[in-house]
Amino acid sequence: MHVPNGFLDAPTSVATGVVAAGAIGLALRGARRELDDRTAPMAGLVAAFVFATQMLNFPVGAGTSGHLLGGAIAAVLVGPWTAILCTSVVFVVQALLFADGGITALGTNIDLMGLSTVLVGWCVFRGLQAVMPKRTSLVPVQAGLGAFVSVPVAALLFTALYAVGGTADIPLDKLAAAMVGVHLLIGIGEGIITALAVGSIIAVRPDLVYGARRILRARELEIRPAATSGASS
Amino acid sequence: MSAGRRSGLSNRGVWIAILLVSLVLAGVVSFYAASTPDGLTKVSEDQGFARTETTHESDGSPLAGYQTDGVANGRLSGGLAGVAGVLVVLALGSGVMLLVRRRPHGGEADAEADAPDSERV
Repeated sequence: MHVPNGFLDAPTSVATGVVAAGAIGLALRGARRELDDRTAPMAGLVAAFVFATQMLNFPVGAGTSGHLLGGAIAAVLVGPWTAILCTSVVFVVQALLFADGGITALGTNIDLMGLSTVLVGWCVFRGLQAVMPKRTSLVPVQAGLGAFVSVPVAALLFTALYAVGGTADIPLDKLAAAMVGVHLLIGIGEGIITALAVGSIIAVRPDLVYGARRILRARELEIRPAATSGASS
Repeated sequence: MSAGRRSGLSNRGVWIAILLVSLVLAGVVSFYAASTPDGLTKVSEDQGFARTETTHESDGSPLAGYQTDGVANGRLSGGLAGVAGVLVVLALGSGVMLLVRRRPHGGEADAEADAPDSERV
């Protein structure tokens, strides 16, 4: 969903750039609470992993393809603030080195593919975690669902930005339908990849997954008074 | 955090695994990625605003378009670009995280964040 130069007008691009800069500023503060000696090295690696998976376009229906956006998976693995930093690094490198996503559209791309997928993915993930049983085995499912929802929402957000500052006069209802349609399919891929990747780490080291820690902590507190109940896993 | 551990895999083991997977995905598997236009590109073609795209400032970059300048073999050219990208993102990402952690002020947050360190293996 990398937005090239020219799709959005200058004022809109400046506005999205300001939002992106503000979000990164907040994230630089917020990430301090998420990063410790175990998560800090994870964060750089998660950024690298998101970059790698964004090279892997998978086919979705007729003549089109999509790739992971990565906000949801990053948020679940290293925390939402850190995830904003991870995804921003990816988009900066892609724009500067790989000519993928315009430089004037960098703020737009950080907002659409990073910030919004982190926020939506994390909120859906935490919402599901709140209502579902507190089991680490459910974390990959919840992460996958958050990832799935985040993609069509980002597509809608692009449509909204286009409504404000699109450079061509096109029917917005058709744009919205086309964007959400194809990105629902891409979202399925995003959900599956996210669930598989989070599941692989949960299987070996659930404590390295930020989104699973709350459950692990709660479990430790529960187990101690009732050590004989064998409540583990 | 021993309750969270189900295997003998160390922190370093997990980190190396993620790095290797990323390098293989970007360096090798990327060659097999779908080459059909990405969702937004396709929509812009279908809805008639693809023509509004303007040139990219970084088109002259040696890695523009995920290909390495001067490498004729497509597999090698894309693979090298992918590996370079993973390493650059890793370096930049890790650098940002180091900076975030190093910034002085806010000692109470540090104390909290550092608490689990004593349990590190």
